[in-house]
Amino acid sequence: MNSSGHQSSLTMYLLVYVAILVISALQILIAYQNIDAYRIFIRMLLLAIVQAGLAVTFFMHMRSEKRTLALFLLPAAVFVLAMMNMFWYDSFRLLDMRPFAH
Amino acid sequence: MSEAHLTVGGPSGVETQEAPAFAISHKKLVMWLFIISDAITFGALLFAYGYLRNATTDWPRPFETSSVINAYAMTFILVTSSFTMLVAVRAARAGDKGRAITWSFITVLGGLIFALLHIKEWLSLFGEGLRLFANPWGSGLFGAAFFSITGLHLTHVVGGCIAITVVTLGYKRGRYDQGDLEIGGLYWHFVDLVWMFVVPFVYLLNIKH
Repeated sequence: MNSSGHQSSLTMYLLVYVAILVISALQILIAYQNIDAYRIFIRMLLLAIVQAGLAVTFFMHMRSEKRTLALFLLPAAVFVLAMMNMFWYDSFRLLDMRPFAH
Repeated sequence: MSEAHLTVGGPSGVETQEAPAFAISHKKLVMWLFIISDAITFGALLFAYGYLRNATTDWPRPFETSSVINAYAMTFILVTSSFTMLVAVRAARAGDKGRAITWSFITVLGGLIFALLHIKEWLSLFGEGLRLFANPWGSGLFGAAFFSITGLHLTHVVGGCIAITVVTLGYKRGRYDQGDLEIGGLYWHFVDLVWMFVVPFVYLLNIKH
């Protein structure tokens, strides 16, 4: 879509702005919860993804661009980031200082 | 000729207009490509940090409540500056040049306040004994991870402040147009987006309990 499609209402931007700040506050509340680190991590990751989604969709106007732009850009980034997940197993192996069990 | 509208010869010899890729200007597409590659760079740094944190038994958790409050204040400033950049771009699109320039400079001011708060946090941690490869709490790798991630982000913020200032001054003089201001804004929102991952993983997962 051309630039005229970017003129979303200021009220909507304000709502997104408040939502991002509220999610940041929620992350702080979660950080002080008495639960294990893995659950804290997962909750924070999910909230950060929601925040990033709001920023990309509304602040960076992805929702008013042609869908092909998102289809061109996002899968490549997601693929590379997903591939990086492979080394988590190795980090746990180092913690135990032993090779993988056969 | 606009760079977004290349004129090429058609098969019948009649000149036709080739639509720009994804219906955005080439400059904006380049910025999007930069953002994606930079997102992967930050992703790799955060993954490396996660790897070190997992594989280290004495990973320190040094952040007091004061650091968390400071991190939230920094988030507030950065997200607010993203909002003011949106207002600036909207004003530029509406043809209100004066308002666009004012809000752009308010955005830069927000970025500078963020950088000052960041440096204040760093100095406080220096005072507590944190160094690049040593600290009094545990694994020396903490400083390397912390300063690499927050340092690269701070570099982006300072670079963004300089870039937006240059583009705004160029826009004021008529050298740059509203599209250039919007591309600067796109970068600024990305810097904001990265911070949304840095705070929970680097600060909030390392709170002193």
